[in-house]
Amino acid sequence: MDTIFALASAQGKAGVAVIRLSGPLAHSAAAGLTCDPLPPRGMRVRSLYADDGSRLDDGLILTFQGPASFTGEDVAELQIHGSTASVNAVMRCLSDTDGLRLAEPGEFTRRALENGKMDLTQVEGLADLIDAETEAQRKQAQTILAGELGGLAERWRRHLIRAASLLEAVIDFADEEVPTDVTPEVQTLVTGVMQDLQREADGVKIAERIRTGFEVAIVGLPNAGKSTLLNALAGREAAITSEYAGTTRDVIEVRMDLAGLPVTLLDTAGLRETEDHVENLGIELARKRADSADLRVFLTEDPSELGVQMLDGDIQMLPKSDLREDGNGGISGKTGQGIDQLISHISCVLGKRSTSHGIATRERHRVALIDARTALGAAMAVLESGPDLYDIAAEELRTAIRALETLVGRIGVEDLLDEIFSSFCLGK
Amino acid sequence: MKHSKFDVIVVGAGHAGTEAAHAAARMGVETALVTLSASDIGVMSCNPAIGGLGKGHLVREIDALDGVMGRVADQAGIQFRLLNRRKGPAVQGPRTQADRALYRAAMQKETQAQNHLTVVVGEVVDFLMDGPKVVGIKLADDTEIHAGAVILTSGTFLRGIIHIGDVSRPGGRMGDRPSVKLAERLDSLDLPMGRLKTGTPPRLDGRTIDWSDLERQDGDDDPSLFSFLSTSVVAPQVSCGITHTNARTHEIIEKNLSRSAMYGGHIDGVGPRYCPSIEDKIVRFAEKDSHQIFLEPEGVEDHTIYPNGISTSLPQDVQQDYVRSIKGLEKAEILQPGYAIEYDYVDPRVLTSSLSLPDAPGLYLAGQINGTTGYEEAAAQGLVAGLNAALAVLGRDPIHFTRADSYIGVMIDDLTTRGVAEPYRMFTSRAEFRLSLRADNADQRLTPIGIGLGCVGKERQSRFGEKMDKLTAVKSKLTDRTYTQKEVRAVGINVNQDGNRRDGMALLAFPDVSFDDLVPLVPELEAVETGIRLQVERDALYANYIARQKKDVEAMKRDESYEIPRDFDYSALEGLSSEMKQKLSLARPLNIAQAGRVEGVTPAALTLLLAKLRREQKVRKA
Repeated sequence: MDTIFALASAQGKAGVAVIRLSGPLAHSAAAGLTCDPLPPRGMRVRSLYADDGSRLDDGLILTFQGPASFTGEDVAELQIHGSTASVNAVMRCLSDTDGLRLAEPGEFTRRALENGKMDLTQVEGLADLIDAETEAQRKQAQTILAGELGGLAERWRRHLIRAASLLEAVIDFADEEVPTDVTPEVQTLVTGVMQDLQREADGVKIAERIRTGFEVAIVGLPNAGKSTLLNALAGREAAITSEYAGTTRDVIEVRMDLAGLPVTLLDTAGLRETEDHVENLGIELARKRADSADLRVFLTEDPSELGVQMLDGDIQMLPKSDLREDGNGGISGKTGQGIDQLISHISCVLGKRSTSHGIATRERHRVALIDARTALGAAMAVLESGPDLYDIAAEELRTAIRALETLVGRIGVEDLLDEIFSSFCLGK
Repeated sequence: MKHSKFDVIVVGAGHAGTEAAHAAARMGVETALVTLSASDIGVMSCNPAIGGLGKGHLVREIDALDGVMGRVADQAGIQFRLLNRRKGPAVQGPRTQADRALYRAAMQKETQAQNHLTVVVGEVVDFLMDGPKVVGIKLADDTEIHAGAVILTSGTFLRGIIHIGDVSRPGGRMGDRPSVKLAERLDSLDLPMGRLKTGTPPRLDGRTIDWSDLERQDGDDDPSLFSFLSTSVVAPQVSCGITHTNARTHEIIEKNLSRSAMYGGHIDGVGPRYCPSIEDKIVRFAEKDSHQIFLEPEGVEDHTIYPNGISTSLPQDVQQDYVRSIKGLEKAEILQPGYAIEYDYVDPRVLTSSLSLPDAPGLYLAGQINGTTGYEEAAAQGLVAGLNAALAVLGRDPIHFTRADSYIGVMIDDLTTRGVAEPYRMFTSRAEFRLSLRADNADQRLTPIGIGLGCVGKERQSRFGEKMDKLTAVKSKLTDRTYTQKEVRAVGINVNQDGNRRDGMALLAFPDVSFDDLVPLVPELEAVETGIRLQVERDALYANYIARQKKDVEAMKRDESYEIPRDFDYSALEGLSSEMKQKLSLARPLNIAQAGRVEGVTPAALTLLLAKLRREQKVRKA
């Protein structure tokens, strides 16, 4: 029996998040995150550590010994801080633990049922619960499909069906007029999907951002009011401001919550030609950080004079609108003019980015992507040997498809046969 | 009016019927095989071949349970080929051209020799009923035969209509009467029915074919037989010819499309996509300017040729024209025109995994009537129905084949949970556990089950026992100890430099390591015979993958252990959509695993179902 785990509380930011583990390894896996052993039944406050010794979070760990538990198996509950970052980090550690896997939807309930732990009233209430679950699944699927990843998942599905059907056609219609070697086409299809999976799995840049925060850099000429704007946004004096140009020499970071998104604002040195060595170092650093940020706010009349490239989604605002007669398109940290507009622009751009990259932010999906990529990699290795090993290649492809089922939907033998019959004239 | 009594009656002596009757008789119950004519037993009404991919697997499985098809095919085989010979053993399928006359003779001989089996000649016109229960049959001459179970294997005879061009007439296979009365009785059972079609090519006179310039296809030099008991080929071996359609052929067919029964709008049934008519091929794959035709001899003494690849429902004169446009067939005479046949089938989702009809206790259906096509699919169902009818008569539990143990299980599960959209044919791709369900290990998978049931004869039992003893002995020598990489390399075997010690079986799992390579490592293996060597190699080859699949199999078995009562009321299940309720009510899955394979059923619906089942169980216990 596998040990399963999942986030038991709602997804997203909250005061406390609960991660539940159930199965034979539940207690040892929970203890593995701490330095001290856990009682078979009880409650302990512990610090949680990753494999490399870095601290993940502090939390309350509850242990229940089967059969006296929700599922009837050994159960552990980790109550940790409800930040997306902590939850993801802990979930990732758990999924890297041998013998543990992410629970399927409804699997805890299912185990409880199987072990006879649900009583009549609970079972009666289950119908509602199931409805909620399917609705959540439907929404989840739709969110994925609405974004650009919907197109990607659809392409994977199409390519995998095509690749598997080519192999199956050669296997199952060996005595008919089908090609005997489809290796190059299958390789092309599989490589394409693998590259996408690779990008999704390790490029999880946006998912990282949700964990660590998006970086938004404020750039402009010296004394454009960047620090004043930062302070106004942060609501506190995070950066030192003065009327002297070149006051900010280091990059000042302020973490804040912009419309629910974690954002790190970067206040940078004013960009100008200067003889001051220290200021020049600051300017160089400012350009570098601005370039690598997720979004840039150009506080200037003319973005081209700053030596930082304006990218898609970046915004230009006219500085110090309080000193202008015509305040349109301007912003002022001093009066607060234009600040709402800036916040809504930033949260709109970043919000869009975070939803359109929804797939890989979910741990379940990351695991699926990696499993599928591994199987496809194995298929590619076997394909090198050509048609003689198509039985093995087809098996690896089947494994990959199974792993991706939650993303691309179920691919059954009928899908393969449809593709085979529409591509080849069969029937001798 | 005559009366008699048997334990099991099998109606129809095609491939499903003969296998069903033999299976029941092997179980030791008195069995009647009822046929319109004794000479019909063992007739191959379509192409003269047995086996192939998936199909060959089924024949091996039938044989592993001591069924007749494999032995008879080996007697009649005139061109044996192991398909996918160069690929892995999991996807290799034995196939043979079969001599019609030899096949029929061998089947009739087996049937005569079988204890507890009586052939009854007559036309079945009705069932004898006792309330909803089927308790026997009535023949056209008013004879009544009573039995504990009746297996109906009426093939395409249910409301069969034969089409040749715009001429159509009622009929089963060419020359046979359709069973209209029986169809009316089935109507009264109110079963969900559908309509399918299939076709045959014109049969040619081989003596009028110019073979001189045609490509030949020979059988294998070392034939792979079907039966685990057969040792060598019996009949003389022949080769097939290969020719192709051409632009002129296509032109003739295109010009006359409107005269084809199918394209003229005379046919409603759904045909198989893997066996299209030549009209279909030309319309759907217009870009192909040529299609391959195999010229298959129907027998050694028989000069009839079955041109595989040009089945048709065009009028006879057009058939002659297009046939004669083909190379080698310029002067060919048609002995019997090609035709399309439409027939009724019963939606198999109403059947149990025993192939019985819950609403008509005592009645079993097997073969083409369940929406399948092919001799092998029919025979395998016959076997399942025959065994289960006998078990029921004996008051024993039914035998349930699963997706994890056999292609038979895959087919029964597909039919009873998913139904059919076109005539159902077996493919290896239908088996998710393909790597473990091989033709070569059918005996290891199923013969023990058959011995447990009591359907396996003494000869096979002892032969199987000897083989298993040898395999076990060799495998234990191979797993006795592990070898370091240095030891392995010393005898010339190159494996991954991962530092792992491996035993002999693990070494054999590498595709490029053969049994012979291991002999220097384990010298006492020198004496092992070739057959056992090959089998150990095949058993070892997929070991890693089979271990991986084991988890899937376990998950499936766990779900299969949650049984759903036959009378479970899906309409009372709150939270299920009405579409899903309808699908589940029709398929009536036996357990949670099957329910999950019913199209459109989600994990959430399964959880709901499981919850309800547990509650009912508790209520029943209380």
